[in-house]
Amino acid sequence: MAKMHDTPMLDELTKGPWPSFVTDIKKAAEAGNEACADLLGQLELSYKDKEGHWKHGGIVGVLGYGGGVIGRYSDVPDLFPGVEHFHTLRVNQPASKFYKTERLREVMEIWNNRGSGMLNMHGSTGDMVLLGAFTEELEPIFAELTQKGWDLGGSGSALRTPACCVGKARCEFACIDTQDICYSLTQEYQDEMHRPAWPYKFKFKIDGCPNCCVASLARSDCAIIGTWRDDIRIDQEAVAAYVGGEIAAHGGANGADAKLDIKADVIDLCPTGCMFYEDGKLTINNAECTRCMHCINVMPRALRPGLDTGASILVGAKAPILEGAQMGSLIIPFIKMEEPYDEFKEFVEKMWDWWDENGKNRERIGELIQRLGLSAFIEAVELKPIPQMVKEPRSNPYIFYKEDEVPGGFERDIADYRKKHAR
Amino acid sequence: MAEFQANKITDIGPPKYDEMWPQVIKDNYGKWLYHDILEPGVLVHVSESGAKVWSLRCGATRLMTTMFLEQVCKLADEYCGGFFRFTTRNNIEFIVSDESKLEPLKKALADNGALPLGGTGAGVTNIVHTQGWVHCHTPAIDASGVVKAVMDELFDYFNSHKLPAQVRISLACCLNMCGAVHCSDISILGVHRKPPVIEHSHLDKMCEIPTTIAACPTAAIKPNKVDEFKSVAVNADRCMFCGNCYTMCPAMPLADAAGDGIALWVGGKVSNAKSMPMFSKLAVPYIPNEPPRWPTTVNTIKKIVEVYAGDAMKYERVGEWAQRIGWEKFFEKTGLEFSHHHIDDYRFAATTWRTSTQFKW
Ligand code: HEM
Ligand code: HEM
Ligand code: SF4
Ligand code: SF4
Ligand code: SF4
Ligand code: SF4
Repeated sequence: MAKMHDTPMLDELTKGPWPSFVTDIKKAAEAGNEACADLLGQLELSYKDKEGHWKHGGIVGVLGYGGGVIGRYSDVPDLFPGVEHFHTLRVNQPASKFYKTERLREVMEIWNNRGSGMLNMHGSTGDMVLLGAFTEELEPIFAELTQKGWDLGGSGSALRTPACCVGKARCEFACIDTQDICYSLTQEYQDEMHRPAWPYKFKFKIDGCPNCCVASLARSDCAIIGTWRDDIRIDQEAVAAYVGGEIAAHGGANGADAKLDIKADVIDLCPTGCMFYEDGKLTINNAECTRCMHCINVMPRALRPGLDTGASILVGAKAPILEGAQMGSLIIPFIKMEEPYDEFKEFVEKMWDWWDENGKNRERIGELIQRLGLSAFIEAVELKPIPQMVKEPRSNPYIFYKEDEVPGGFERDIADYRKKHAR
Repeated sequence: MAEFQANKITDIGPPKYDEMWPQVIKDNYGKWLYHDILEPGVLVHVSESGAKVWSLRCGATRLMTTMFLEQVCKLADEYCGGFFRFTTRNNIEFIVSDESKLEPLKKALADNGALPLGGTGAGVTNIVHTQGWVHCHTPAIDASGVVKAVMDELFDYFNSHKLPAQVRISLACCLNMCGAVHCSDISILGVHRKPPVIEHSHLDKMCEIPTTIAACPTAAIKPNKVDEFKSVAVNADRCMFCGNCYTMCPAMPLADAAGDGIALWVGGKVSNAKSMPMFSKLAVPYIPNEPPRWPTTVNTIKKIVEVYAGDAMKYERVGEWAQRIGWEKFFEKTGLEFSHHHIDDYRFAATTWRTSTQFKW
């Protein structure tokens, strides 16, 4: 029987309409789970002290891998022995987080037998996060997981577990095979994921369209975002049905009875002003369209992305530490993403080589690009600079030239100059 | 342990995605034509094959037990052929292809009590968040508890579509921002406000001094000798309270009940729809830590959401609204105080100053 602690503050979090993690963990504690009981006890103490009670890390892990496990020890183990060690294992999730219950139960069973029974579904990177194991259980857990066909994700200065949106599995907007790209990159780069060897972490996230449901553009060093380069497909009959109020606007996202005002909601909100509605017909000047998705979002039955699909690649997004937050910068406006994605992988490897060679310890690729310049990066990955890569050209006059770009080079003789110009 | 290392399997990667798909998803992969949100939390997707799937999206706690997960699996077994999924924002989706299962499943979810339908369309969906006091060593705040308190208060927006557009809320418990909350409509960020306190008597035993110095992003740490101890000193003026030093060196803790708390940021977005993606901007630099229900934080967020709901135009995200009316109007309308902390003084600060005669009173 687990020893239950008094948790008056946490008990306040069992109230209210949103699901309560306290209620859930308490039930498990009452059923005899000691880690659950002691986690609540220690958390209550943190609520009282307004300070956390975990020591950090310590190096723990599984043999052969440099990551996938985050070490954690309680700083009050005498009070809460059930969470004295509380290490985390990151388990690589199936792409886009569909689960067959039979397979998920394999993980749950191992975790019930050898861990705390608590987990995050899912961590911010994408992994299933098994929360709270003792050091001596780590190797057995890893062995049992791999025997069942599950593997650990990435941590440390390594490739982090790639993640993707639901994509073509259940979204009509998807322009690329998000799951397959995610799976292919994960499999191809197992070594990069499990054996940290880089300046810092590196993340891939894959979104099927510019709506960016997995926030690739803000949260991954390399964002792969589905797009198209032909025309938006228009079904004029469905347009008429929207105009006539027969279909709810925005797929019902603003209410199942929301009517579409084609001028106010579509034409006037198109950021490029490239849409026209005249004589009951919708036209789009596709040459001006920036594929922002707005019109498609609000009229999903009438409009669809084009058929010549591929991806835009943006590099360098990261959270604030150190130089400040960055979003990804557009590096490849359009690339076909077809299995086995060789062209894309070649680009990736060039990018990694450059970062590996030039990056300082704990420097994300986005910061390295800032430090050495976007031009240097573009040169390293052997691309040609084009206007699509920037919002605007430079406005400062500090243009750097290399010696071989200027006729005659930089070496000059002052005597030649003085022949023409008195001192 | 030897027995576990003998036949070691490594680098197999995750199970392949399609093994986890119900038949209807396999059959209609890439064939989806359109979707409708029938009511909050209930979507229908229609395929060119004529097949339809109904997805029931439920709010869930990211932190859960296997006991709870087993309940979810049982529901999936009973109604969904043994399949379900999670969304990127920690919601749970049950997918059915047989319309007659829809109402019974809805009833079963209601009976469960911990799986509320919602999180679709122009509302507030689940809060993406980090570990907080449940697992990490550097947090300034708890994560799950703040999320619970905020979602309780905004619940009415979770299961309705009455906002001008979707509002994405995220939380990170320190400025490492695991989970990058810097592009959210509203982000809740745990902040420390005091430099590390240094345990000179133990630092040299517990930490490697050169790596500790190198860990500091602003080069605020230098070697120091205190009495007979080799240790370090922190230049408080340069410290931005990030906790990287503590990660390297346990003899430099930062956490402080009176110093730590919450900063609120608004107006970020990651979608490319209409306006370009934007960073979130500082709305409130500091709110004290108020466990267990963080009332000031909760009320301030509620106020921002309500002012936005009343003032923004249809389809306008929080950031688009603030940009249209002007940030000076954002502070006026929300009644939030503007202070010197709102004016950027880090790198690229000048890009945020006003270089024009155009402003509003
Ligand atoms: C100097 C910077 C950083 C440090 C020292 C740091 C440290 C940590 C630590 C110690 C954890 C483990 C938390 C736990 O489970 O106890 C963690 C988790 C994590 N970190 Fe970071 N982090 C940093 C920056 C970032 C950034 C910039 C991102 C994302 C852009 C990130 C993403 C994550 C994710 C996804 C997790 C998993 C935790 C979760 O899902 O809640 N980290 N980080
Ligand atoms: C009508 C248009 C849209 C449709 C049909 C749609 C569809 C979806 C789908 C299928 C998901 C689940 C994806 C997954 O978990 O992998 C999702 C999630 C998400 N979408 Fe969209 N999306 C639309 C518009 C947008 C827009 C405009 C944005 C951002 C501005 C956006 C941001 C997100 C985010 C952040 C999530 C995660 C939400 C959650 O899990 O609760 N979506 N969307
Ligand atoms: S990013 Fe696009 S394709 Fe992917 S789920 Fe979101 S709307 Fe669909
Ligand atoms: S996708 Fe965006 S830019 Fe293109 S036509 Fe539609 S609203 Fe206009
Ligand atoms: S945001 Fe900070 S405190 Fe929270 S989990 Fe990440 S590193 Fe830990
Ligand atoms: S908290 Fe951050 S900025 Fe301050 S001394 Fe430590 S590493 Fe440097």
